[in-house]
Amino acid sequence: MDSIVLQFLNGLDKGGAYALIALGLTLVFGTLGVVNFAHGALFMLGAFCAVAMQQLLTLSVQVKDESVTFFDAFKEVPYLEIWLGDFGTSIIAWSVPISILLAIPAMLLIGWVMERGLIRFFYKRSHADQILVTFGLAIVLQEIIRIWFGANPIPVSAPPPVAGSADIGAWLGLGAGVVYPWWRLIYFVFSAIILAVVFGMLQFTTYGMVVRAGMRDRETVGLLGINIQKRFTAVFGLAAVVAGLAGVMYTPIVPPNYTIGMDFLVLSFVVVVVGGMGSLGGAVLAGFLLGILQSFASMNEIKSIFPGIDQIIIYLVAVVVLLVRPRGLLGRAGVMES
Amino acid sequence: MTDRKTRLDTPLSRRSILKGSLASTTALGALSLTGVAPLHFVSQAWAEEQPIGNFPSKTSGPSITLGFNVPQTGAYADEGADELRAYQLAVKHLNGEGDGGMMNTFTPSNLTGKGILGKKVEFVTGDTQTKSDAARASAKRMVEKDGAIMITGGSSSGVAVAVQSLCQEMGIIFMAGLTHSNDTTGKDKRRYGFRHFFNAYMSGEALAPILAEEYGTDRVAYHLTADYTWGWTQEESIKNASEALGWKTAAAVRTPLGAGDFSQYITPVLNSGADVLILNHYGKDMVNSLTQAVQFGLRDKQANGKNFEIVVPLFSRLMAQGAGDAIKGILGTTNWNWSLQDDASQAFVKSFGQEYGNPPSQAAQTCYVQTLLYANAVETAGTFYPPEVIKALEGFEFDGMGNGPTLYRAADHQCFKDVLVVRGKENPSSQFDLLEVVKIVPRKQVEYDPSIFGGELGPYIPAS
Repeated sequence: MDSIVLQFLNGLDKGGAYALIALGLTLVFGTLGVVNFAHGALFMLGAFCAVAMQQLLTLSVQVKDESVTFFDAFKEVPYLEIWLGDFGTSIIAWSVPISILLAIPAMLLIGWVMERGLIRFFYKRSHADQILVTFGLAIVLQEIIRIWFGANPIPVSAPPPVAGSADIGAWLGLGAGVVYPWWRLIYFVFSAIILAVVFGMLQFTTYGMVVRAGMRDRETVGLLGINIQKRFTAVFGLAAVVAGLAGVMYTPIVPPNYTIGMDFLVLSFVVVVVGGMGSLGGAVLAGFLLGILQSFASMNEIKSIFPGIDQIIIYLVAVVVLLVRPRGLLGRAGVMES
Repeated sequence: MTDRKTRLDTPLSRRSILKGSLASTTALGALSLTGVAPLHFVSQAWAEEQPIGNFPSKTSGPSITLGFNVPQTGAYADEGADELRAYQLAVKHLNGEGDGGMMNTFTPSNLTGKGILGKKVEFVTGDTQTKSDAARASAKRMVEKDGAIMITGGSSSGVAVAVQSLCQEMGIIFMAGLTHSNDTTGKDKRRYGFRHFFNAYMSGEALAPILAEEYGTDRVAYHLTADYTWGWTQEESIKNASEALGWKTAAAVRTPLGAGDFSQYITPVLNSGADVLILNHYGKDMVNSLTQAVQFGLRDKQANGKNFEIVVPLFSRLMAQGAGDAIKGILGTTNWNWSLQDDASQAFVKSFGQEYGNPPSQAAQTCYVQTLLYANAVETAGTFYPPEVIKALEGFEFDGMGNGPTLYRAADHQCFKDVLVVRGKENPSSQFDLLEVVKIVPRKQVEYDPSIFGGELGPYIPAS
């Protein structure tokens, strides 16, 4: 029982990340009709906003380390600690939440530049062209990050009060010793909130209504005198922010390096395909579903029957969905079926 | 000791070495000993030196080039960066620059501090990306394009095995860096490949008695294993050694290399009935899996009425640095640690520390030593001709390199020396003082019969 609960939580965590990335992907596809292979890179750039913020806060001066006698060794002491003492130390410890403040404007800007500077020229081109150009863009962005931050994963820690584990065994009556890392719980709650905000915006605001109308019938909305293109550009920015925030918050779970976006991109595309291209609900549903399936497939009981199933389960599901229901779980009839 | 030194001070000519090695091989052949020295080899000793690899085309100029093939990206990039630092330092010392480091303590040594055979040592580097195909491609480039006469590097046993067999085909000597799989000098051993680093078998033999001493003989272990050659042999070695002492194994689960998030593999440990988690991971994988195991409460857990324990059979200071507090109190083994007090280790630490502001890692030590050993073998052979250099390394006994008296066993090109059992230090006295040496396990305890792992070294003269 404990392990089922824990694997379920693991699944929700992964699912949260998949859903956030897939939501952005499918939003962009639904509005702009672009298959954006650079979307994973946006997740990665978000993660590196957290790294950049951490590096900014820990700008240091080198001080001689007297405890090393063999040779001249130096310790790095952050300016913030020198200027503000313990308060400086705690600011550094909270760098991940603080970096959200940097990530939102940074990702909006990056999204805007990406859309205006490159992607808009490919609206009318074939999907194959779009994939090639965005994939190329993803590689360029990756290499820029690699030159700047190096190839190694950079550890980023969660704020001290939530760096440990929550005693979920006691909460759920599962007995002692069943714990779950706080930050992973926070990640799930965070992704649920972001998803709710995006859905709320699309569902309950006039702006969102126009965007949804545009997704249905772009021409008619245009004829009504609305500059739908402008709104779609804003949607691209929104998708970039969502992916970026997903990246920022993921850094304490897995130390980011320049390939983290690509790792997620492939899975997120599978999520979009399973959920249905252009279906927002489908992306979220499939994100959580595949995250949970992947976690359960890693249980030893399952692996003893199907060895290696944890590595392929997601693709297996995708194959079955494509064969049985090519439009995806919640996809509109006709999409990918013609 | 004095005897040996005096003997070494007499200059060795190539002719005398050839004579010596011919005499010994003939004797061995006559005694028909286990096929260690194949009979056809006797005739090779008389044969003219024929072109092999980049000999003699790239060894006749005023300088020679060594190829340093290390992971500059990927899961083992930290180790790779430190390996590269060590190689650069070794080149400096070979060329007579700097304070000489372990050149001053290494015995018996024919090194002169004037390059190798009077030729200036230069180097090129390649990025293995911790991938076998990339590593082979960069090794090939360094040999074919840059004219490297020796390739050295790691990390990752998958890479080492792949590059080693390429080097055998190309007739280029490969001095392995950090590679810990039994296969490197076991079933995949090659005539042109040499390993100074210890292996998984030795880790198991050294660590198991300490584990039994600290945690008792009634334990149930759960293995998480990196899914490639090193992980498999490490798992097997620790399993065999610990089961021999009475431990049971609950499960052994393979995880993909570079998984990042190990949560889905760690949660099943919680109620598997195991009371020890053995992490057969290295580098970033180990940092991630250990940190996550601690986050999931494994270290505070009680199982079967005992404290739950985590063991990391192979670890290094670099990993300890990455893992932070999670590593404290955890047992494992290491090839070498900078805190060792012998003259050689201290000379190396001083030299490396002054150059880079950090003490060297175990990866750095093995790479530095390998470079010096190769150079010394060339000096001893008096030629760059690979078969003669190989013969100078085979069965070579030396000291003053930080691990006590060491033997390069001829039968499998594996070095035998003491193994360190270490523990993550609870109260470090400095930012680098992260491992405490629990026991220096004597070489005798980790020796084994080379035939247990099978494999063939292959010919001195590669088939062309």
